[in-house]
Amino acid sequence: MTNIRSYEERVKNFSWKISEDELDYKPGNIINIGWYCSDRICNMGKADKMALLWENAMGVEKKYTYNDVRLASNTIGQFLRSLGIDAGERVCIFLDRIPELYLGFLGILKIGAIAQPLFSAFGEESLFVRLNNAETKAIITQRKHVGKVRKLIDRMPYLKHIIIVDHDGKKALQEREVVFSLEEAAPVEHFEIYPSTAETPSVLHYTSGTTGQPKGVKHVHYSLISQYLTSKWVLDLQEDDIYWCTADPGWVTGTSYGIIGPFSNGVTQCVLEAGFSAEAWYNFIEKYRITMWYSAPTAIRSLMKAGDELIKKFDLSCLRYLASVGEPLNAEAVIWSERVFGKPFYDTFWQTETGSMMICNYPGMKLKPGSMGKPFPGITAAIVNSKTYEPITEPGIIGLIAFVPDWPALMRTYWKNEETFKNKFKNGWYLAGDRAKLDSEGYFWFVGRDDDVINTGGHLVSPFEVESALLEHEAVAESAVVSKPDEINMEVVKAFVTLKTGFEANSDTELQIMNFIRKKLSPLAMPQEIEFIDKLPKTRSGKIMRRILHAKEWGQEIGDTSTLEDD
Amino acid sequence: MEEMKDVVLQYVIDEYLEDPDEEITYNTPLISGGIVDSFSMVSLKRFLENKYKISIPDDKATPEAFDSVNKIVSLLNEFLK
Repeated sequence: MTNIRSYEERVKNFSWKISEDELDYKPGNIINIGWYCSDRICNMGKADKMALLWENAMGVEKKYTYNDVRLASNTIGQFLRSLGIDAGERVCIFLDRIPELYLGFLGILKIGAIAQPLFSAFGEESLFVRLNNAETKAIITQRKHVGKVRKLIDRMPYLKHIIIVDHDGKKALQEREVVFSLEEAAPVEHFEIYPSTAETPSVLHYTSGTTGQPKGVKHVHYSLISQYLTSKWVLDLQEDDIYWCTADPGWVTGTSYGIIGPFSNGVTQCVLEAGFSAEAWYNFIEKYRITMWYSAPTAIRSLMKAGDELIKKFDLSCLRYLASVGEPLNAEAVIWSERVFGKPFYDTFWQTETGSMMICNYPGMKLKPGSMGKPFPGITAAIVNSKTYEPITEPGIIGLIAFVPDWPALMRTYWKNEETFKNKFKNGWYLAGDRAKLDSEGYFWFVGRDDDVINTGGHLVSPFEVESALLEHEAVAESAVVSKPDEINMEVVKAFVTLKTGFEANSDTELQIMNFIRKKLSPLAMPQEIEFIDKLPKTRSGKIMRRILHAKEWGQEIGDTSTLEDD
Repeated sequence: MEEMKDVVLQYVIDEYLEDPDEEITYNTPLISGGIVDSFSMVSLKRFLENKYKISIPDDKATPEAFDSVNKIVSLLNEFLK
């Protein structure tokens, strides 16, 4: 029996009160995600149940029961409090997927501070703009990443504490650095958890837009109501499941469904802290007998590329249910997984801003490979006209994906950017910024982004951010950044660059620029191809016509070029 | 051969290793070990192509083929013969 039972029945009889009741929450009560993900599960008699099974690339294993998670998050919370960190202050987690990331996240929430997870592969500039925007008070990091923080410290007077979780004492600490060792700290049994309420801020995730700097998406503790129930009904998390979410908590999937969802449901979850390798992934599934696997199209397509023969070397019969997120899952991938694993991947659609799943495929509901599925019960979704914002009910007509903004996990604002936040709402709808169409049975079909943001491997990259960084390279005169199709990542970053006099357009220059962006922003933002051109297409008023370059990459019609200079 | 290994190893250390104290060998897993991610692999491939004046087809530039300095050097030798 699946948790959702009948999708249609759930839609008919839905209320978020179902989730509130299951969590024993009543409006006005204290609601702290840190407590719900650890103490509450212990109070339910599951203190000795395994919560987190962790392994790294070198084969080192660590295991934590729910009581261990409770104690560790208390201990980290107490340490943060001892540094003078108060409720509402931002604490950045800048860690690889080590246990301290997961446990620290809950510890931050337990003191009422705001967790700001950032992808540890971010380069200095990407790190700086996000810490600067949030005026982050403390950052939890590890030895290998502290160098990036040190280079920025003079520009960040608000950053009072740099907490290093794996300091080995070989090198002296520098200004503002402190050491915290979870293994050496005395476990804190009794801890006064901050009495957060529904609208108390919890998590600040950064996401990229077409223009301007990355936006800090503010979520609140009440988001738990959505995250708990969607984990239960969409991922079908059950008592005996061994769950693996492959996402990094530097991104929203890794927190909503890599920490909050499974832990609030009291499920055992696994984490593999290693780079991608098809063999290592299959081995991990077999070794830990993973039953529920939540991954991403990029990873699934990489597994497809690794071939079917490899799969035969492993016993993957433990897999019970598979789901995917991050970008549209192509029909071929769904069909492939059904063939090789005996189970399809069920696609889910949601965003950093929505905080929880919005349009999904559900266990028991007819699966249409390549479709986004249908709205989660309680979510009112529509395709709306891009000019009038009126719903389009006719099947096959492309419009904007829109939601009535009334679910618990919806972002509360963009940090210090209320104007952009307000612009996300039109005619009573929250606009996702994506285009889709409906079919005659009410299934949603993804068409594409409604802006220039590049979705590479499920991660959003702002062309503006990359163009700005490119201009800081000594050889670059002008640049335009667009997406180009990619078999594995759906799309990747491509830069068109004009060079300053004295610089040669050759592959050495290309490599230099690639590495410059990789270190400054991130590997995701690094152009996978740089094309040197003499002149960028511009309007007569001098604006770069990115649209023309994009169309060329995707083999599309260039469209109206009447405003193009030199035409 | 040894010289090629050292060139590749040094490039990986200089460009991709974040922790200057971390020691890696010719056999250290680079991709599966998380030192070089799949996006960065493109820049490593470009370095090898520029350095050794070769072109590595995309279907040969797999995460498995790039997973250690030794494996990379084996791949390079296929194109340098």
